[in-house]
Amino acid sequence: MTRSLPITAPAAEESPPAGPVESRSRRRSRRVTAHPVAGALFVLPFFLVVVAFLIVPLGYAFWLSLSSKSLATGVRFSGFDNYVRAFTDPLLLDGLLRVVLFGLVQIPIMLGIALAGALVLDAVTTKFALAFRLIAFMPYAVPAVVGALMWGFLYSRTFGPFADLPTLVGGDPIDFFSVSLLLVSLGNIVTWAWTGYNMIILYSALQGVPREMYEAAVIDGATPVQIALRVKVPAIKQAISLAAIFTVIGTMQFFTEPAIMARFAPQISAGYTPNLYAYNQAFAYSDFHYSAALSFALGFLVFVVAYAFVFVNRRRGGRK
Amino acid sequence: MTVGGSGNQTKVNTRLPHLLMGVGILYFLVPLLWVVIAATKSQPDLLDSPALWFAEFNLFENIGQLFREDDGVYGKWLLNTALYSGLSALGATALAAAAGYGLARFQFMGKRLFETALLGMIMVPATALVLPTYLILAEVELVDTMWAVILPSLLSPFGAYLVRVYVDESVPVELIDAARIDRAGELRIFWQIVVPMMRPAIVTVFLFTLVATWNNYFLPLVMLSDSELYPLTVGLTTWFNLAQQEAGTRMLFNLVVTGSLLAIVPLVVAFVLLQRFWRSGASAGALK
Repeated sequence: MTRSLPITAPAAEESPPAGPVESRSRRRSRRVTAHPVAGALFVLPFFLVVVAFLIVPLGYAFWLSLSSKSLATGVRFSGFDNYVRAFTDPLLLDGLLRVVLFGLVQIPIMLGIALAGALVLDAVTTKFALAFRLIAFMPYAVPAVVGALMWGFLYSRTFGPFADLPTLVGGDPIDFFSVSLLLVSLGNIVTWAWTGYNMIILYSALQGVPREMYEAAVIDGATPVQIALRVKVPAIKQAISLAAIFTVIGTMQFFTEPAIMARFAPQISAGYTPNLYAYNQAFAYSDFHYSAALSFALGFLVFVVAYAFVFVNRRRGGRK
Repeated sequence: MTVGGSGNQTKVNTRLPHLLMGVGILYFLVPLLWVVIAATKSQPDLLDSPALWFAEFNLFENIGQLFREDDGVYGKWLLNTALYSGLSALGATALAAAAGYGLARFQFMGKRLFETALLGMIMVPATALVLPTYLILAEVELVDTMWAVILPSLLSPFGAYLVRVYVDESVPVELIDAARIDRAGELRIFWQIVVPMMRPAIVTVFLFTLVATWNNYFLPLVMLSDSELYPLTVGLTTWFNLAQQEAGTRMLFNLVVTGSLLAIVPLVVAFVLLQRFWRSGASAGALK
């Protein structure tokens, strides 16, 4: 999985929690000073990068996707044919379905563990908890490529300690690269890599919740578990849904792990995930027009889902 | 924190959490331990000795061999990685800092529109941009140069958003106005007053763009074909593919493993050293 967007904020203790921030920044933004030229100049370099590496590529991809190339006719305008082809292409649809299924299982498991870990960290402040926090976060610093290689070795019968474990009690060795286990094996790599990262984000959000919120619950005789589930979890709902949406964006772009694992597991086909498919269309089959359509369609799909999610979330947040 | 119950009860209550944390530590640590142990083994030991225990200690031989293989190309990859991620992170952070400040503290034409668009930009999946960017850079003949990796990595809408939120919260307008009355130029105000005040946001953006570029695989894979220009991620996979094809007869798996370890170490060290930043820095509250 590739995730380019860190969900981080300035030091938690220095910024008030999400609720009051909204109204305060509204009030402040009216007090900006009017120095139109200077302000625009500060934003200009960033704006140029946005144009060059976001707007132009997207526009170019869209334009390319509207034409097709064949040996007989050369490049010709084909309208939305590439998109029609994409959404009736069984290889793409298979990959899309696979990624959706993968996400439906892996994301809740990972975020569930991350949330449980964050709640434990919030309640236990021993040295041991400190070590746990640090070690759980370490996989984030490991490149996805190295993580996939590492787990590939760990899964393998020749290098790894796990595949032959059942033979100790007379069972059959585990084939982590078999058709039935492959998605689970991939899911484990992603879970290993990202659980700690999500845990730290949820933990930081918990740190931002005012402690007074728990006092009333304590007076009412709530147990720590009840407080965790009924007070703490609702208090960081916003952070949880954001972690979820960024994980969804990452999962939809699933590329590195399956690309590396294809070396261990030959049944990972060219269209195993949509992103792998778009890559192979461009570089294995040199069909840049179709590849552009795939990239654009996938990007658009992710964008719409993510944006709608954030929009609905904001609405709900604003109402309370 | 101890919520409710007597001290005795709390002790009982933390036993389960500690057990679960122990399991978690094992889960997160064992793969990393494996790399450390495996990197100390020679190629034959890697195949024959128990995976999670030491055999003959060959770490330094492995490292020596790693840097000699292919005329020392690994050293080049390491340097490339440091160069790409260092320059990208510096550039992306500078752009985001200036833009975030501009958006938070100035009024100008198109600002509203740009701010609304910024949230949308955050939602555009980065890998969907890689292939289109490749095609654009191919047009201007920048593909297969280091710029093809660095320039697209400068784009960090989230960084700009983060800085904007941070400046809004923690850089008082009065201070900037006072500096203007003292006839300080806009650039000088930014550099001498605003930048020091928003250091936590800057460090956070820098750290996370650094990791993102250091670990990136898809972008350099698409952009580069000259192996002298590869970063570690792409280089290691080409070695691994060779080792697989030759079944470890020439290109050796122990080099892939040792190379992997050396690719992880700098970032893990950086994170342990800088933990006070990410510990206080990570919070999802930023994106409202």
